[in-house]
Amino acid sequence: MKFSNSWLRDWVNPQLTAQELADQITMAGLEVDGVEKVAGEFSGVVVGEILACEQHPDADKLRVCTVAGHPDGEMQVVCGAPNARAGIKIPFALVGAKLPGDFKIKKAKLRGVESFGMLCAQTELELGEDSDGIWELPEAAPTGQDLREYLQLDDETIEVDLTPNRSDCLGIAGIARDVGVLNRCAVCGPEITPVAQQIDDSLPVSLMAEEACPRYVGRVIRNIDIKATTPLWMQERLRRSGLRSIDPVVDVTNYVLLELGQPMHAFDLNKLSGGIKVRLAEKGEELTLLDGQEVKLQEGTLLITDDEKPLAMAGIMGGLDSSVTDSTRDIFLESAFFSPLAIAGKARSYGLHTDSSHRFERGVDYRLQEKAVERATQLLLDIVGGEPGPVHLRELSELMPAERHISLRRARVEQGLGVALGDDEIVDILTRLGLEKIEQNADGWTFLVPSFRFDIAIEADLLEELARVYGYNRIPSESFTAALDIVPQEESEIAQSALEQTLLARGYNEAITFSFIDSDSAALFDPKAEPVALQNPISAELAVMRTSLIPGLCKSLQYNLNRQQNRVRLFETGLRFVPNGNSVADLKQEPMVAGLVYGSRFAENWTGGKDLVDFYDIKADVEALLAHCGLEGLGAEEGFRFEAGEHPALHPGQCARIYRGEREVGVVGALHPQLQKKLDLPKAAFVFELSLEALGQARLPAFRPLSRFPEVRRDLALLIDADVPAASMVETAIEAAGETLTDLKIFDVYQGKGIDFNRKSVAMGLTFQHPSRTLNDDEINAAVDSVVGKLEQKYNASLR
Amino acid sequence: MQDLQSLTDQALEQVEQADGLAALDQVRVDYLGKKGQLTALLKGLGKLSAEERPAAGAKINEAKQQVQEKINARRNELEQAAINAKLAEETIDVTLPGRGEEQGNAHPVTRTMRRIEELFVRLGFSVEEGPEIEDDYHNFEALNIPAHHPARAMHDTFYIDPSTVLRTHTSPVQIRTMEKAAPPIRIICPGRVYRCDSDVTHSPMFHQVEGLVVDKGVSFAHLKGCVDQFLKAFFEADVPVRFRPSYFPFTEPSAEVDIQCTACGGEGCRVCSGTGWLEVMGCGMVHPNVFASCNIDSEAYSGFAFGMGVERLAMLRYGVNDLRLFFDNDLRFLKQF
Repeated sequence: MKFSNSWLRDWVNPQLTAQELADQITMAGLEVDGVEKVAGEFSGVVVGEILACEQHPDADKLRVCTVAGHPDGEMQVVCGAPNARAGIKIPFALVGAKLPGDFKIKKAKLRGVESFGMLCAQTELELGEDSDGIWELPEAAPTGQDLREYLQLDDETIEVDLTPNRSDCLGIAGIARDVGVLNRCAVCGPEITPVAQQIDDSLPVSLMAEEACPRYVGRVIRNIDIKATTPLWMQERLRRSGLRSIDPVVDVTNYVLLELGQPMHAFDLNKLSGGIKVRLAEKGEELTLLDGQEVKLQEGTLLITDDEKPLAMAGIMGGLDSSVTDSTRDIFLESAFFSPLAIAGKARSYGLHTDSSHRFERGVDYRLQEKAVERATQLLLDIVGGEPGPVHLRELSELMPAERHISLRRARVEQGLGVALGDDEIVDILTRLGLEKIEQNADGWTFLVPSFRFDIAIEADLLEELARVYGYNRIPSESFTAALDIVPQEESEIAQSALEQTLLARGYNEAITFSFIDSDSAALFDPKAEPVALQNPISAELAVMRTSLIPGLCKSLQYNLNRQQNRVRLFETGLRFVPNGNSVADLKQEPMVAGLVYGSRFAENWTGGKDLVDFYDIKADVEALLAHCGLEGLGAEEGFRFEAGEHPALHPGQCARIYRGEREVGVVGALHPQLQKKLDLPKAAFVFELSLEALGQARLPAFRPLSRFPEVRRDLALLIDADVPAASMVETAIEAAGETLTDLKIFDVYQGKGIDFNRKSVAMGLTFQHPSRTLNDDEINAAVDSVVGKLEQKYNASLR
Repeated sequence: MQDLQSLTDQALEQVEQADGLAALDQVRVDYLGKKGQLTALLKGLGKLSAEERPAAGAKINEAKQQVQEKINARRNELEQAAINAKLAEETIDVTLPGRGEEQGNAHPVTRTMRRIEELFVRLGFSVEEGPEIEDDYHNFEALNIPAHHPARAMHDTFYIDPSTVLRTHTSPVQIRTMEKAAPPIRIICPGRVYRCDSDVTHSPMFHQVEGLVVDKGVSFAHLKGCVDQFLKAFFEADVPVRFRPSYFPFTEPSAEVDIQCTACGGEGCRVCSGTGWLEVMGCGMVHPNVFASCNIDSEAYSGFAFGMGVERLAMLRYGVNDLRLFFDNDLRFLKQF
């Protein structure tokens, strides 16, 4: 809502500058977005009168005018405007005047004729949009008066960004009311008195939409002069509020909208047949709106119709066919109450947003209709004349919004706000805001809420009113005190930040990518999933919810490669959205951690080591994360396990599925070479993705006594079929070695020269120790023999 | 005894000249060894009279001792020199960078979120999270935003289907918490949120942290105290804070919170659009309708809630001048935090 400061001052005039006023109402909840001067900076411009106007002797398009208005008398001015003619009044920039843009007017010679000053168009003064010719001022404008003074241009436009609850301030009257309360000063608007009917004509009105429109006021006015011009003061007020002048009837309805907050509509009476019906649209109805748009009406849209056809989309926009035109003589004025629920969301569903719908969906004072009609009639008669009929009110009183009575308990004021207000102050603030005290008792009061405050419904709303008028910043700041209870905390719960720290220490940087990705990427990484799609995505790039964090990391990799970052280590945590059946309710929103490494194993360094990362680098990072759970070591039942696996986005020979017990918890591997090529990655990229839930629980440490007896190590080199997984060998060896085995490490794997092409050599170190005595050679040899024997038997292994 | 003196002098000189441990040992053998020249003198004592023998013997022993001491000293010297030479040989350029992995950096949004969480966790708040694909009820209805409420237009919601949305704020987590836990409640809810809006100053995904306190006797003054202390702690400055009445359907009274512009100190600048103030969060007293939808008795309990945009705070705190940088994941950006 934009309004003119000087217009507001007609209603309420505290001793504050425009900026002070803006600051004050901002701090009372009417946030001011901007305060701007209503006109460009100019000086030395007066009301001029063209006394004579002759053709320039040497230029077809120029005229030589004799202009009155200069204090020294008549001046000769050369002017190129097509509408320059004797007898009109115009803005006259004198020699020495300064126009917007720091443009100075000097004496000049145009095609040999001297010119003393300039006649101005609206745009040259930044006072409007008309640049077709010089601005014709009203006849009554006093020649010679400074234009700024004449137009009262020392004024500001104040724009408030109102929250949706404050529909009462969508008019000067409402803002004035708040300003009056804040400054404890009188508020008085223009006197609005009923305009007596001169004719008996009226239209029958049927309210057929029940609660949607329980109140409708209409009035016929005949014989208006639509050719009359809107007075300059009204045009200026409209302009300063951001509205253009259209014709006197529309201007008046807009003026009343801005002044009182009541949207109105004027129909051309002679285009209506029969009476007015307010009803809901039926299937298949159509309407051409004022802006020329033809719309198919949705069933249930609230309409104003006559006996035959839809006339207007109630509370949103009028129709073209019944609108006032330059040949209109008789009009029918509408001032109605449409309930917020009937209008809310409707305009938006047609892609419309109008001054009228904006107000109705937030709530228009349901007692304001007659007053608005009287005000409009008064203004219209002054401008376009005409004979008014009676004010015709239709009301379904039982369907009107119920009067609201709210109790305010004195004790709740201090409990809720943390400050005690005096009884007088409480009642004074609320009364000035328009609430009516209807009851008082020992505990507090009961107030009647005025019809213009749709946002006040409960006691807490009254507290807010008290607080904002009293001043939020005058309320003290206090520390809340609460019981110092110790919150139970599971030691076995692993903080996500601890996992993150592990990755950071291993050289990963944390990325945050969008949770929505393009459907092509989604399909590339996870062709089987049907990702959840947004109904209204911002763009095709951000259209479906990710089923994995890996595509986002790959995109970030590409972004960085394009910026000469050739070693990339990124991780991200966040939800992935995995469809699970057809229903959105069954969707799994799983917290994941994912990582990506690319480029050299170590950052470039003088120590060399330009090797590229491989699978075992990223696997170590994954193992470091898994280690938080404390399940590594021998014989942990719920331990993590890597198994060769497949994944559509990963290299079939370099991909491991990760299990915790029987549950699959993640995947690690090299990007599939085809995908790598599609993504235009010069080198291999390695990725992992793990369920954070699976990582969330650690085993509590449990102490095992340390043996005081020596440990013994035996190394074995075994030849075994190349396709036997190391994990299987280790598992078998542990089983065969018995309880005295305390550690087993694979310290070499060799394939190649000197060994069968389908065999490999695996070297393992076995460590034995007994808790309570020294092991002898026989015992150790027996254990080693058992290991070798078992591996021979199971995997055809042989000692090398 | 002329011989003794010159022999001693000769030995001492050779000790002095020995340039290595081997050479030094050779000198020792030559003079003090079993067949050494000084040792030989002792053997010659037999030729002297019994009266002369002790004095002469003493002199020879004295000379031997002198040479031995000199040898010891020289040996120490040579050993020290050898150590020094070895040390010199092992000297490296300690200014060259170390070997191994570089430390990575947490994302500035995470860093900011963790910092906010930590300030509140120390007060006994617990951290709560919730789903990002959220039902209409928890995102809107339960928060006193019925269908067609004009406030829905403030949210620019992404829809999955007519009753499922990407959460537009982390407030649904408050509802989910109040549904399952009884007061007193002190929680902080960080997370991703989504709005269908994308330009230089709006990202379709961003982060919020919301807080909620529900207990007996919680007042607006407590809300002010909490928010004021938080902002001063977060910015590590005694920054002026002001509360402006505003509107959120789920709080009543509601307030926007401004801090004095951190860039210009309130003079008015580009960062604060000349106002001297920066809007940093929204807050208010929990609306009784919200309590009602969670079965909390608003006569017995009251509460306050606040919410802030994490990117906004990170931008102010670290001077980041473009929102889009947060989601480009440019390593040159990430490595700065």
